[in-house]
Amino acid sequence: MYVAVKGGEAAIANAHALLADRRRGDRSVPALRLDQIMEQLGLAVDRAMGEGSLYDRELAALALVQARGDLIEAIFLVRAYRTTLPRFGYSLPIDTGAMLIERRISATFKDLPGGQMLGPTFDYTHRLLDAAIVDGEVPAPVMREAEEAQAPRVTDLLGRQGLMEPDGETDPARAVGDLTREPLDFPLDRDLRLQALARGDEGFLLALGYSTQRGYGRSHPFVGEIRIGEVAVEFDVPELGFAVSLGRIRVTECQMVNQFKGSAKVPPQFTRGYGLVFGQAERKAMAMSLVDRALRAKEFGEDVVAPAQDEEFVISHSDNVQATGFVEHLKLPHYVDFQAELDLIRRMRAEHEAAAMQEAAE
Amino acid sequence: MQTQSSIDSSARKAALDVLAAAPSRALAELWDRWADKPVHKLVRGPETGLVMVRGRAGGGGAPFNLGEASVSRASVRIVSGEVGHGYCLGRDLAKAEAIAVIDALWQRDAAVVEAEIIEPLRALANGADQQRRNESAATRVDFFTMVRGDN
Amino acid sequence: MDIGLDGGFSEPVRQAQSSFRAIMDAFANPGTVQKFAHLAPAHGLLQGELVSTLLTLSDQDTPIWLSGKLRQTPGMEDFVAFHTGAPLVSETGHAVFAFAGAADELPDLDRFNPGTQEYPDRSTTIVLAVTAFAGGDELVIRGPGIRDQRTISPIGLPRNFVAQWAANRALFPRGVDLLLVAGGAVMGLPRSTRIAEGQ
Repeated sequence: MYVAVKGGEAAIANAHALLADRRRGDRSVPALRLDQIMEQLGLAVDRAMGEGSLYDRELAALALVQARGDLIEAIFLVRAYRTTLPRFGYSLPIDTGAMLIERRISATFKDLPGGQMLGPTFDYTHRLLDAAIVDGEVPAPVMREAEEAQAPRVTDLLGRQGLMEPDGETDPARAVGDLTREPLDFPLDRDLRLQALARGDEGFLLALGYSTQRGYGRSHPFVGEIRIGEVAVEFDVPELGFAVSLGRIRVTECQMVNQFKGSAKVPPQFTRGYGLVFGQAERKAMAMSLVDRALRAKEFGEDVVAPAQDEEFVISHSDNVQATGFVEHLKLPHYVDFQAELDLIRRMRAEHEAAAMQEAAE
Repeated sequence: MQTQSSIDSSARKAALDVLAAAPSRALAELWDRWADKPVHKLVRGPETGLVMVRGRAGGGGAPFNLGEASVSRASVRIVSGEVGHGYCLGRDLAKAEAIAVIDALWQRDAAVVEAEIIEPLRALANGADQQRRNESAATRVDFFTMVRGDN
Repeated sequence: MDIGLDGGFSEPVRQAQSSFRAIMDAFANPGTVQKFAHLAPAHGLLQGELVSTLLTLSDQDTPIWLSGKLRQTPGMEDFVAFHTGAPLVSETGHAVFAFAGAADELPDLDRFNPGTQEYPDRSTTIVLAVTAFAGGDELVIRGPGIRDQRTISPIGLPRNFVAQWAANRALFPRGVDLLLVAGGAVMGLPRSTRIAEGQ
């Protein structure tokens, strides 16, 4: 028999009040302002924004403080918010070659047109906790006159020599897949995979990328280029009849270069995995590019033997909002389901005992 | 050959690009100083929505959907009849509406709008960008050879 | 030049919501007449009922087909672009929504997209302005959302409508859905509805 029960309303309301209290904490400590979070916890904001799949730093900061710093909860809040807004349309593809560059490095080429710029990086820091930053004065950054040099994408340089897999021709008539509008239907095209990876969980993608380096889907990756900086978002405004810039967003791009032995159709060359993420999110962009390359195994006639190469496995489990929803729902009342399981176990136990007794009697 | 309307479009686009990129406060201050603001009627908005931002696989390949960005927009008709449109990233409705009015004014009197609003904002943006470039340039690695093996 | 920017809903959110309610009720109760609580003003040949339906249902993800006559209305392309962002298509098979001001502007139903077996929801919804919901030949309709049967008698249906509809019904779960509009109201005929000529 199915018995519907209702209850806990007062408990839920009081729990929410308690949550609000604990979120605020000691009232003698000043409340955080959103601008403080945006300025001083910028990379957490960027992660909430990237995996929340909504570029709006202020909203991401609000989500972070509302979630008490729980990133996945914050990402959930951002995702929920985005569903309340109408979509005006689609931007033109951003041009990362025209970026206002804040950081740009290559592990494959020392001398690049435009140079290597370390930017605001944790690399080469000593990872020693420094209590002085809490209230120490911070000097203004050092300046040096920038050269007016263009900084072309590194992979375009190799591409000109035919040693790098080209970006490929694009068919303008082809509709761009959108997983927020249509259910996923495996196997996917690369556009949908990239969309899923761009909003995928950093930890999950990092572990998968790591697995490819440890031999699960062998690859020989090099960072062709990482660049972080701002790019204009151009939008075709129907009522104007031309595209205008809506402003600039910060993105992180990673080109991961991989050796490729070649096949019957394709000569030996370098292939690429691609990572592109909102905000400053270098680890995520690198992990994304490793996984993107691993997921292209079939395209290059490589054996699909490792988890990172298994498209359905990777893409179905990369979204932390979906993952947390399914895992966390287990804590919600399952009284009726469990009652049924209990009955089943009792019956099986009785049969088991009856069989044992019969065996003993024989 | 460029037609007159395509020249106008590219100049109008350039002005709208500057307005959208302008920091809210800087734009508001300049707009506050504008003496005779035209009476305007809202044709649409101001409203906030989303634009799906696209990237390209590999940087230059097939487009894919990267994620959405919040965008505000407004369309206005000023008293002399021109219709202006304002679009900008973020949720600043007042900024979108101001851009729309300035866009309408620009169509009536481009020279004055350029001189009073667009040029100062462009100079501000160029200065800020140059500072960012110079900060990044200071982190540029200058490689030098320490020992060269000759054999 | 800016004729396309005028008109539309004066309060887009609330009026689109109330119109959506009318359209939803129309499809949930086939053959009933559901009044639009608020009617958008007509735009050229596009009558208020068609405008209301267009603005309520379409956005930049829904390609729209307009009958040749509607499409020739001055400012029509600007109007659709500004108010909905929806792309206009000339191929009936590519349309998510199709609009016609009269039955003689409408190609046969089988020219529109019936969807696929996997995604029957990707079919065309046709919105057709009729002269009136009553006074025409009686049709008996049956199917989900109808207790036993219901009789309708719109004036201005496409020619051979009953035969065309039977062919559409035979594609189920594929097939087009039909919205009829007239007199500030809407009537839904979803693909699941069976239609026979009355006695």
